[in-house]
Amino acid sequence: MMMHAIDADGRAERKDEERREFRSYVWGIALALVLTLLPFALVHWFGIPRFTLLIVIGVFALVQMIVHFRFFLHIGFRQRREDLMLILFSAMLLTIMVAGTIWIMASLALRMSMPAQP
Amino acid sequence: MSHETINYPGLNLGSAHGADHDAAQRMMFGFWAFLMSDAILFGMVFATYVISATATAGGPGPHDLYDIRSVFIETLLLLASSFTFGMASLALKYRHGKPRLIGWLAITLVLGVAFLGFELHDFITMFAKGGVPSRSGYLSAFFDLVPLHGLHVTAGCIWLICLVGQIARYGLDTKVKLGIMRLALFWHFLDIVWIAIFSVVYLAGLT
Repeated sequence: MMMHAIDADGRAERKDEERREFRSYVWGIALALVLTLLPFALVHWFGIPRFTLLIVIGVFALVQMIVHFRFFLHIGFRQRREDLMLILFSAMLLTIMVAGTIWIMASLALRMSMPAQP
Repeated sequence: MSHETINYPGLNLGSAHGADHDAAQRMMFGFWAFLMSDAILFGMVFATYVISATATAGGPGPHDLYDIRSVFIETLLLLASSFTFGMASLALKYRHGKPRLIGWLAITLVLGVAFLGFELHDFITMFAKGGVPSRSGYLSAFFDLVPLHGLHVTAGCIWLICLVGQIARYGLDTKVKLGIMRLALFWHFLDIVWIAIFSVVYLAGLT
């Protein structure tokens, strides 16, 4: 009798978890769709100044990446410490290397093109 | 259950899968380390593209070459495939049976191949307009970055076919389960890289 009750409990709990995880995927795709549609629509139909538009696209992309990490890859704050550290360290490396490269090369391009007029 | 800690990236099998759940921890951590190094590689190729974006050398530029409709369809296909792979992960975790699992994986494969088809069509259109890799620095960087992602998706599709074969041959043993879970990470990761591609390359290029 006891075993039966525990079994039924475990099953109900698993059903619950399954529903929650299914809903998480649905939330993920719904949010991702909105975050995809908006920047595409803005670029295609609205004449927004270029610089503003670039910032808006960047923000949408960042938010959508976080949505994918959270709802599809299931990465959150209950993560094991090592996993979270690996993610944060990689993000830091990416930021330093990508932003650094773009900064240095853009600055170089600017300096190289300056002395066109004496 | 809801307070069980997450032991590795991706959908956790949970204690109901016993030893497979424990075996997953080391495997998934290792695979995640690979994905992060792959992300760094992509990041550097992105940096190369961004600094070459204006180096068109008088050749065709983004406005002449990109087709926003096609890119939008590709984006939807990849996003849908991410969702169907999620459904496959759920089918694996909650033991919905092999036919359903293989069904979701098959839909994912079809979406992935459709994505590749559209991408290939894009490249052929670009070639026809004179947008070949040797034309300018910008085009070299473009064909370094976007096909690199396409190559990853191709590898993912081949891997998926192999896994379906393994499911049919060996059933859902530990190795096959861990294979599906690692491919799930890979697939979702590629979708995240695609977000960066459609934002940085296509949308920013068309502003």
